[in-house]
Amino acid sequence: MNRVDYRKDLFADERDDSLAEIGQPTLRQDILGHVTGRSPYYDDHLFDGLLHIRCVRSPHHHARVRAVDCSAAEAMPEVLKVIRAADVPVNMNTLLSLIGFGKDDEPLLADGKVAYIGQPLVAIVARSLRAAQAAVEAVRVDYEVLPHVLDVEEALAPGAPIVNDVYPNNSFDYHERYDHQKLRFGDVEAALTQADHIVESTYQMSPIEQAPMETCGAIAAPETNDRIVCYTGTQALFFSLGVTAKQLDMPSSRLHFIGGTVGGGFGGKVDSHHEPLAVLGTLLTGRPVKYQWDRAEEMQVGAPRGGERWKVRDGVMADGRIIARALTGFFDAGAYTRLSSYAVQKSTGHLPGPYTIPNVASNVFCVYTNRTPSTAMRGFGITACDFAIECHMDKVAETVGMDPIELRILNAYRDGDMKAHRRSAKNCALIEACQVAAEKASWPLSPEASAASSLSGGGIGWRSEIPETSIDTAGQIGRRRQDGHGTDPYAGADTRGRVAAGHVDAEAKSALGNAPQDREMEADLERLGFKTGLDDRRADEIPVQAPPPPPPAIPRQSGSALFVARGNGPSLPSGFSPRSQPAPATVRPSAPPPSASGPDALARPPSPPQPSSGSSPLETKAQEEDAAPNALRRPTVSPFLRGRRR
Amino acid sequence: MLEVVTTATLAEAAAAMGPGARFLGGGTLVMRAANEGDPTLRRIVRSTERLDRIQTEGNRIRIGAGVTMSGLLAARETAFLAPAARAVGGPQVRNQATVGGNLHAPHPYGDLTVALLALDGIVHLSNGQDMALEPYLAARAHPPGLVAAVSVTQPMGEAFRFRKVSRIKPKGVSVLSMAAHLSRSAGRLSGVRIAYGAMGPAPVRAAAVERALEGADLSATGIASALAQATVGLEPPDDALASAWYRREVAPVHLRRLLLGEP
Amino acid sequence: MAKTPVTFTLNGEEAATFVDAGANLLEVLRRGLGDLSPKYGCGQGTCGSCTVLVDGAPRLACLTLAETVEGQSVETTGGMADGPDLHALQKAFIEGFAAQCGYCTPGMLMSAKALLQSTPNPTREQVIDAISGNLCRCTGYEPIVEAILAAARSPRRSLGSPL
Repeated sequence: MNRVDYRKDLFADERDDSLAEIGQPTLRQDILGHVTGRSPYYDDHLFDGLLHIRCVRSPHHHARVRAVDCSAAEAMPEVLKVIRAADVPVNMNTLLSLIGFGKDDEPLLADGKVAYIGQPLVAIVARSLRAAQAAVEAVRVDYEVLPHVLDVEEALAPGAPIVNDVYPNNSFDYHERYDHQKLRFGDVEAALTQADHIVESTYQMSPIEQAPMETCGAIAAPETNDRIVCYTGTQALFFSLGVTAKQLDMPSSRLHFIGGTVGGGFGGKVDSHHEPLAVLGTLLTGRPVKYQWDRAEEMQVGAPRGGERWKVRDGVMADGRIIARALTGFFDAGAYTRLSSYAVQKSTGHLPGPYTIPNVASNVFCVYTNRTPSTAMRGFGITACDFAIECHMDKVAETVGMDPIELRILNAYRDGDMKAHRRSAKNCALIEACQVAAEKASWPLSPEASAASSLSGGGIGWRSEIPETSIDTAGQIGRRRQDGHGTDPYAGADTRGRVAAGHVDAEAKSALGNAPQDREMEADLERLGFKTGLDDRRADEIPVQAPPPPPPAIPRQSGSALFVARGNGPSLPSGFSPRSQPAPATVRPSAPPPSASGPDALARPPSPPQPSSGSSPLETKAQEEDAAPNALRRPTVSPFLRGRRR
Repeated sequence: MLEVVTTATLAEAAAAMGPGARFLGGGTLVMRAANEGDPTLRRIVRSTERLDRIQTEGNRIRIGAGVTMSGLLAARETAFLAPAARAVGGPQVRNQATVGGNLHAPHPYGDLTVALLALDGIVHLSNGQDMALEPYLAARAHPPGLVAAVSVTQPMGEAFRFRKVSRIKPKGVSVLSMAAHLSRSAGRLSGVRIAYGAMGPAPVRAAAVERALEGADLSATGIASALAQATVGLEPPDDALASAWYRREVAPVHLRRLLLGEP
Repeated sequence: MAKTPVTFTLNGEEAATFVDAGANLLEVLRRGLGDLSPKYGCGQGTCGSCTVLVDGAPRLACLTLAETVEGQSVETTGGMADGPDLHALQKAFIEGFAAQCGYCTPGMLMSAKALLQSTPNPTREQVIDAISGNLCRCTGYEPIVEAILAAARSPRRSLGSPL
């Protein structure tokens, strides 16, 4: 075991290495309540005169609602209130509006149209669950059934039914510019022409229901001080509080939310639908109200981990080095955004997987279909793309006739390597993880692979550099549908350009490592309460390597030469000197880059987008994170909590 | 709204039945409907009469409609039904679910009924009428009376076989279930009864398989023709557990294992 | 709405309440009598979170018409401890980390208790079969199986009065 380095240095300052907890019983602080049945889940609070909510739900994937007749339900003596869309003060919401991301696109109660089976239209508040169920059966809805779409790629086709009127292209709008999230690093198309093999595949992961033992729900009740108490099973208490304050247009100070004991969540209890409805029920009746899904609702209406489709196209050299990876991802958001827009960005930040690949491009779409809206679940945005990438790594290994673990060790990130999203890799441990896994499985590794280390061989030469990057305007909002082209990453790109290579100066470290290219993306440790004393230089001051380096070059040495023997120090193995053999530049059918994309373009501060070349939609940045008003911004405070909305 | 009618005898309960009424056995079906607000359920009828007797009558065994799966597992006389009784639910459900209720369990439930069907089940109704299980199942949505008991042939030796295919063990819902009563005459199969569960809206007999096994011997070649007709005349359902296509594909495989006693 | 009186013993003490027509035992235990230890997970007999013992046998409270337990003995996890002294199964679940979110735990404990009453020294297979009607989404079952086996091995005197 001695030959494996467990990288214990990585967390040396965060924990001692005695591992004293291992093998020792450590009691959960909440376990006594669990074994005595006294842990207070949201439903374990008793109220006299508790009312129950049940919802009238769409039986159709997609339909216009012509008329809703609640008269029979309203006439039932046990029914206290029938809540319609018009009764919700702010009916439209999107979960991430609290951090200013995305447009309000989902009604609490459907208004005029339904977009998935099970979507609630009307909420009945009744004295008993059974009375509420009976009243639901008594509501008559006149639907005009509309064509529906259930497949992500079909949804992007020009004639597809429009699922969500707020996003009429059936895709989330990224940075107010593109119908997908882009990642561009190097020149994938040029590198693919030089690869020995092109390995291509499509991977599909189905939706997965979190299926918690406790179904989602909340109980609201009036308190004596004019506040409303809400017991909830949410995993995101303040999120739910903020959403409730927004949708009911009331100050959050009137809401007393109590949670924390969750009967299993796995990510699926963050959608904040029960709390607004339960509190609204209480506001309208003055009585305690429970809104709890039954099991069928939990499975049918409860938002699952969304389905994802990934297309991976690798350029691979005969010795196993992956020189290019192009990915297209489709997240099935279902009918509304919820957290899928964020999942797309999460996955983009994860690409191209834990491998040092000099040319990477990805287009990831957040697609609307007439399915149940999807939401968070344990590593959502990462698991399916990892599934695709790791299946693909095996396929690459098979193609080049290489051991799959050795292929991973060969291509793994090493400390100091430049990642596709322009941060340098640190604390890498994939090589070591592969070595341990191989050893545990008695899987033979070559001496070279056994001797490889994340600590050496990385961050040298091209491995530490941001390459000259090919960029394009493919997929501007609305164009795909309007012009009828498919989901090919480059289809419809009427402008292409190149961004000069940028080199991150080792001296220009920010508090968290290398300076980000986008100042908005920099965490401000001082603000978070840390004293850093670090140089306050920012990305815009980082010296940039002036002349563009040669286009992507492909090392030609055999794979075995790439492994670094332990103890060789940081010297670069011959195989990792790619710039020594510049390959011919690929001529691209591109418009000349606008003047703004000069050598300093990548380091431009996030001031308003450069208008100088206004006729060209081409932006000057490889990543489009910054310019749009709707983009991710510096961590901020919800207007509801900050007091702008009372 | 819902009402509950409790009677002292099954006959009185039968009189209390009517539109919107369902008879409560162990509760696993009727209480689920009540909990879910099934609008077709307006009256729950139950009887305090005990219907949990198990009696041997010649070569047949008569099982009270109120005998639970646990009751079948505990009784020596019904040991041959143990594989089917054990295939129903978990321990809690087996403590509640009754023989009479199983006759009304919708797809994909009702594994015990598959066994009863293969064993020439006869339904004894509260009005004294007897009815073969097969036609009873065909008309089970509108039964002619309440079930008082079910009687089955007592199989000889290894003649009765049961198999349940599910994705989760030990408690899982049926992809399909199969029961065979392999009676013989002069060393050859004769009067064989084969029944399937989860291969239609209710448990069904595999008539084509039964015909093909008549006079055959239990060898790979002897059952080949029966396997070829494993799903003739059947319309297996598509559901979340398996597609109709899958059920058709695997049915001959499981039938072979059942007939040849393979694991 | 007409209510029906029902009287039974709950964890050894007499309990009486009035129930709505069609009310299940789970609703009555929780909201009628305030014993919140059995949990609602499905209302259809799939999950086992509402498992209680009726005359010593595990049953699903959600599928039990409340008035049918008239005169019977109902046990729940809420009555499992003997005053401040936990039942051996509760101790084993604590020590064996056999609960995570805790929602399935009361039902699991009831199924395990019924098993140890009828089979004091169960095999691993018997334990697995005994909890096969109880779903758990967090633990993967292994710690629960181990905890039940550990409780069975613990000295009789610590098993509390019900055993």
